[in-house]
Amino acid sequence: MTKSGFVIANLFRKRTRTILTLLSVITAFLLFGLLQSVNTIFSAGADFVGATRLIVQARVSFTSPLPISMLPKLEAVPGVARVGYSQWFGGVWQENTPLIMFSIDPLRHHDIYPEYVMPEGEWQAFANTRTGMIAGKMVAEQYGWKLGQKIPISSNIFPQKNGSKAWSFDLVGIFDGKDENWKKRTNIVYVQHDYFDEANQFGMKGRTNFFILRLTDSARAEATARTVDAMFENSPDETKTQTEKDFNISFVKQIGDIGLIVRWILFAVFFTLLLVVGNTMAQSVRERIPELAVLKTLGFSDRSVLGFVLAEAFALCLAGGLVGLSLASLAGAMVEKGTGGQFQLHLDGSVWLLGALAIVLMSVAVGLLPGLRARRLRIVDALAGH
Amino acid sequence: MLSQALAITGINIRSIPERWAPSLVIVIGLAGVVAVFTALLAMAAGFESTLQATGRTDAALILRGGSDAELNSAFDRDSTDLIKQEPGIRIGGDGKPLASAELMIIAELVRKDDLRHGANITVRGVEPQAFALRPQLKIIAGRNFTPGLRELIVGRGVIRQFQGAELGQVIRMRGSEWTVVGIFASGDAHESEMWTDANVARSTFARLGSSSVLAALDGPDGLARLKSAVAAEPRLTMDVMREQDYFSGQTRQFRKTIGFLAGVVTLIMGLGAVFAALNSMYAAVAARGKEIATLRAIGFSGLPVIVSVMIEALLLALGGAVLGALVAYALFNNLSVSTLGQNFTQVVFNFKVTPELVVRGLIIAVVIGMIGGFLPALRAARLPVTTSLREA
Repeated sequence: MTKSGFVIANLFRKRTRTILTLLSVITAFLLFGLLQSVNTIFSAGADFVGATRLIVQARVSFTSPLPISMLPKLEAVPGVARVGYSQWFGGVWQENTPLIMFSIDPLRHHDIYPEYVMPEGEWQAFANTRTGMIAGKMVAEQYGWKLGQKIPISSNIFPQKNGSKAWSFDLVGIFDGKDENWKKRTNIVYVQHDYFDEANQFGMKGRTNFFILRLTDSARAEATARTVDAMFENSPDETKTQTEKDFNISFVKQIGDIGLIVRWILFAVFFTLLLVVGNTMAQSVRERIPELAVLKTLGFSDRSVLGFVLAEAFALCLAGGLVGLSLASLAGAMVEKGTGGQFQLHLDGSVWLLGALAIVLMSVAVGLLPGLRARRLRIVDALAGH
Repeated sequence: MLSQALAITGINIRSIPERWAPSLVIVIGLAGVVAVFTALLAMAAGFESTLQATGRTDAALILRGGSDAELNSAFDRDSTDLIKQEPGIRIGGDGKPLASAELMIIAELVRKDDLRHGANITVRGVEPQAFALRPQLKIIAGRNFTPGLRELIVGRGVIRQFQGAELGQVIRMRGSEWTVVGIFASGDAHESEMWTDANVARSTFARLGSSSVLAALDGPDGLARLKSAVAAEPRLTMDVMREQDYFSGQTRQFRKTIGFLAGVVTLIMGLGAVFAALNSMYAAVAARGKEIATLRAIGFSGLPVIVSVMIEALLLALGGAVLGALVAYALFNNLSVSTLGQNFTQVVFNFKVTPELVVRGLIIAVVIGMIGGFLPALRAARLPVTTSLREA
C-alpha cells in the first residue's frame, strides 16, 4: 500500500465521522468564498481601472455640479490628454429599476474610455443623434433592448421642460468591454449631455457632476490632481481630484461598515470550523494510538507518523475546501446572473488564493497537535495502555 | 420511564466534564451561529429603530412628485410659499403655518478610521419652525446657529463617526468657511446631519428653492385635506406623505438585504453546526456504548436512552446559544456604525440586540440541537446489547 493510499484508507476508517467532518469543512469554505468575494468588492476596488484617469468633482461633494466652463482650464493642465464629463441622470427603467445612467459628451468619452468597444459607426451615430443613447451589453441584454428601438426611461431627478419625468431615447449603440473585467462593467447607460442640458427643466444648465481627465502618464497622476485642485482653490467651485480607482473605492466605502461585519463573520466561521475539525482529528488520533504504536514498531520514524496525521488533516481540508469554494463560485455566478450583473459576486483569483492559504493554515492548525502527540508516542506505553 | 430518562440524563450530564472536548464543539458551534445571526439582525434592528424614531405621525413631508428622496427633490420659492398656505397645515402660535422649507445639500467629511476616503453627510438648511417640528432635538453642547451667519450645529452621530466637525472647528464648503457652534442630540436619523440656516445655505450653494417642506398637520384629517388640496392645485406637482411613512419606507430595502444575508449565512453556518453536533454526539454515544448496553441489560428501555441523548444535545446547544447571544451583546450592542441612506448620505445608527432576537437565536439553537441529537440517539437505542458489551 502506498503512503497516500494509507492516508485515504485511514480517513474512511470511520466513514460517518469523515463525511460529517468533510461536510462541515465544505460549509465553512462555501461561506468563506461568498463572504470573501463580498469583502473584495468593499476593500480592494478594481485594480484594472488603473491610474490613467482622474475624476474631478466638487470638493463639497459630487452631488454639487461643477460648471462645464471649467473645461478649457482643465484641458490646459500639463499631462492631461483629453477631458470628458459625465452627469448623473437618475434613470429609472419601468416601475422601479434604477439604472446606472449618465449624460456625457459622446466623442470625448470615446477617447477617454478606449476600454469600451463599439463599432465606430455607432459612436458617430451617438454623436449625431440628439436623443441618442448607448447601453452596455449587460444592461441591453438584461432588459432586451435592441438597436434602433426607442427606450422609455424616466428620471427620478430631472423633469423635462414640459414637467414630465418620462424621457425617451433612441438606442443607437451597444458597447462591450475589451476584456473580462471591462465586460463586467457594461452595466452602464449613456445619453447625450447636450440634449439633456437643453431639455431638462431646471437650474442645472451648463453643469456636470464629474470631469474625467485622461492622462498622458499615469505616474504623474497625484501631481496632476494637486495642480487641478490648486487651480480652483477658494472659488465657489473648489474641486477634489482623485484617481478613478480611489474614486471607485470611496464610492463603495460609502456603504459603510459592511466590510467590518463581514470580517467578524469570517472570524466566527473559521474559529468554529477550527474547533470542529481539530476535535475530530484529535479524536481519530486518540483512537488509533495502538495502531500508531504498531507502525512505529514496524520501523516508521517519528517524523513519518507525524506526516501521516498531517496528511490526513490536509486531505480533509483540501477536499472540503475545494468543494466548498466551487460551490461558492457556482452560487456567486447564480447571484450575478440573477441580478443582471448589478451585484457582482465573483470569486476571482484572489479569493481562490486566499482560500488555498486558508486550507494550508487550517490543515496545520488542526493536524499539528494530534500529529505531535503521535510523534511523541512511546511504543511501550502505547501498547501497554491498550 | 420518566425516572429512567432522568437517571440516564443525570449520568450523561455529570460525565460531560470527562468528555469536554467534543461537548465544547457543540457549544462553540452553536455559539458561532447564534452570535452571527444575532449580530446581523441587531444591525437591521438598530437601523430600523433609528429611522422609525425620526418620523412623526402628525407631520407631513412634501417632496416634488416622483422623487422618492429629498436629494432628488427640488422646488422653487413660489411653490414653497404656495404650499405653506394650503389647508391641513397647523397654524403656529405666531399665526403663521407651522412648516419648514428645507434645503438638503451634501458635504463630504472624512471617517475617523479612514483618512483617505470621504463620506457624504447631509447638510440641512432649515427655517426657524424646524425646531418646533422636531421637539426631540436638543442642543447638548455650545449653542444654536445664528440665522444669517455661516454657522453649523452638528448631530452627535456625525461627531462619533467622522472627523473635522467638533465644536469650534471650521468646515470649508464652496470656498467659504463654516464654524461648528453647537452639537445636538435627537435620538434619530437627524443625528447624522449638520444643520444651518436655510437662507445662508441657499446663497452659498446658489440654490433658490427648497428640497422639501415639513409641515405639522392640523388634526387627524389634516393629511387628507392637505393631499386633496395639493392634488387640486395645478401649479403644484408634489407628493405629500406622512413623515413617519417616508422614513419607515427607507428601511425596507435595508431590512430586505440584511435579512437575506442573515438568512443565507445562518443557514450555511447552521448546517455546519448540525454536522459538527452530529459528529460529537455520535462520538459521545460510541464512547458510552458499553455503559448504554449495561443499562439496557439491567432493564432500561430504549426510549429513555433516546431522550437522554437528545436532552444532552439540547442542553449543550442551548448553552452555546446563550454564550453566542452574550458574545453578540458584548461585542455589538450599541456599536455605532454608519451606512448609506436614501439620500446617498450617511446614516449613523447603533446595533440593537433585542430580547426578541435572542429568543429567535435560542429557537435556532434548539432546532439544531434536536437534529444533531436525534440520529445519534437513535443509534444509541439500537445498539445490540451483546456486541456492545463484548466490544472494547
